[in-house]
Amino acid sequence: MSTLVDYDDALSRYEPVIGLEVHVELGTASKMFCGCPTTFGGQPNTQVCPVCLGLPGSLPVVNRAAIESTIRMGLALNCDIASWCRFARKNYFYPDMPKDYQISQYDEPLCTDGYLDVSVPTPDGEVQVVRVGIERVHMEEDTGKLTHTGGATGRIHGADYSLVDYNRAGIPLVEIVTKPVTGTGALAPMVARAYVTALRDIMRSLGVSDVRMEEGSLRCDANLSLAPPGEPWGTRTETKNVNSLRSVERSVTFEIRRQAAVLDGGGTITQETRHFHEDDGSTTPGRSKEEAEDYRYFPEPDLLPVAPDPVWVDELRGTLPELPAVRRARLQQEWGISDFDMDSVINAGALGLVETTIAAGADQAAARKWWLGELARTAKERGVDLADLGVTPVQVARVAELVAAGTLNDKLARQVLEGVAAGEGEPDAVIAARGLVLVSDDDALLAALDEAIAANQDAVAKIQEGKVQAAGAIIGAVMKATRGQADAARVRELLLERLGA
Amino acid sequence: MSAITRAEVVHLARLARLDLPDDALTHYAEQLDAILDAVAMVSEVAADDVPATSHPVPLTNVFRDDTNQPCLARAEVLAQAPAAEDGRFRVPRILDDEEPA
Repeated sequence: MSTLVDYDDALSRYEPVIGLEVHVELGTASKMFCGCPTTFGGQPNTQVCPVCLGLPGSLPVVNRAAIESTIRMGLALNCDIASWCRFARKNYFYPDMPKDYQISQYDEPLCTDGYLDVSVPTPDGEVQVVRVGIERVHMEEDTGKLTHTGGATGRIHGADYSLVDYNRAGIPLVEIVTKPVTGTGALAPMVARAYVTALRDIMRSLGVSDVRMEEGSLRCDANLSLAPPGEPWGTRTETKNVNSLRSVERSVTFEIRRQAAVLDGGGTITQETRHFHEDDGSTTPGRSKEEAEDYRYFPEPDLLPVAPDPVWVDELRGTLPELPAVRRARLQQEWGISDFDMDSVINAGALGLVETTIAAGADQAAARKWWLGELARTAKERGVDLADLGVTPVQVARVAELVAAGTLNDKLARQVLEGVAAGEGEPDAVIAARGLVLVSDDDALLAALDEAIAANQDAVAKIQEGKVQAAGAIIGAVMKATRGQADAARVRELLLERLGA
Repeated sequence: MSAITRAEVVHLARLARLDLPDDALTHYAEQLDAILDAVAMVSEVAADDVPATSHPVPLTNVFRDDTNQPCLARAEVLAQAPAAEDGRFRVPRILDDEEPA
């Protein structure tokens, strides 16, 4: 186990530099260089052909949709799009690629020199915008999946042998590499997390990938080095395959504390690849970098250069959607809500749902209230995303409409939504089936009210003395008698009339 | 003139996973030298107006549509492999024991 320094101590002596490499699997129908499907979760080695198995005589052909997606990603990240570039062959011996090389890009990436502005929450509740420079966005093919067998741990070390599934080999993969991010100090782990989050949201809005970290369609490698303020940058480590947003933050935090301890003790940081462990948030050394880096890249002879016509690039620019940060700023202004309230909507994964609910006729406060209240609670109980709850924005808008019209009160509305979420049908059907209509019929209310008055003579006396707040006890009794279905405002009016107060 | 050293041949052999006997190193160093000298003659005749090229045909942007094609049958695929297990290729141990754990 590594020795760790207290986080604040580490930041008082060292300045972190982070760099992030994110791999995104594209959601194309077919692989990068062949027509095999890219669906996740298929039976092993059923989505393979001579090209992605590297069989002799087979030749790759570039998937146009993959190039288009990569150019759109580059444009969304404010990159320059190369007018001419080539694929490169990256040579290495490892059974995750059957060809013994990976087709990638080397010194001629398709997109270069962009940036992404990310909003980072600070400890004092503010939001700081950090510009993360994008060094390059390049195309390559994903590798196969290894399962290590034998040995105690199921890991590669100590394994007796390994099993390989090439379904994933050849799926289009886009690598997005940041420039070194400096000057973020103690915010570094949050910046890393916010960057990957923003990148994920952009990819999702572009529709180029399903960006599911848990399925590996978005993977992150986090580089970190420390140096005393004003000194040249230190030696970096690269923590591989950090596979959740929380893990991105944790792995950077861990490396800051670990490297600070090494440097404090007069030691030096070894440039190496490290593995992140979800269970305790630690990192441990992997293979050493020196041995791994001689890939002998050369221009891929089996593929012709890619030379995107500027007209084509402009057409693709025209297909870019409103990007997430822009959309958020616009919606927040339209709704007129605070940063805090907006963050609540976003963190609940409710932005699109609230937006659509408002479009269906609800006012913004009601739309937010139902999605972030009753529905978020139900989703949490079931362990599903809000969007997968089975309740639509149109249904929520209908409930909000009925509340606004006085047909439902909040308590009844909650029951209606509960019914809709339980699959009992549309709101009106749930209302009819459960008999959930607000009782505002005076005769029905008066019967319950007279009983409540008879049973609460103390309160009646107080009201008659002018202590109108005592009405609460009687109204409460009526609500109880009607199982919450009475129109409380009307009950109050009737009560005051009855008592001549 | 290039001068490939024995150490460079050892490195290349290691990268190519070739187990060369010691007495072959000098032999290959000389041969690689001769090959590089032959290739170097090209740069003597190529003037500045001849761009470096990596492909013999003057084409760019050869793409295919994003459509699916039939895959191979798994039984057929795995029958070509030296070893298979659970529908997967079985490969020998990847890291030796002396690698850091």
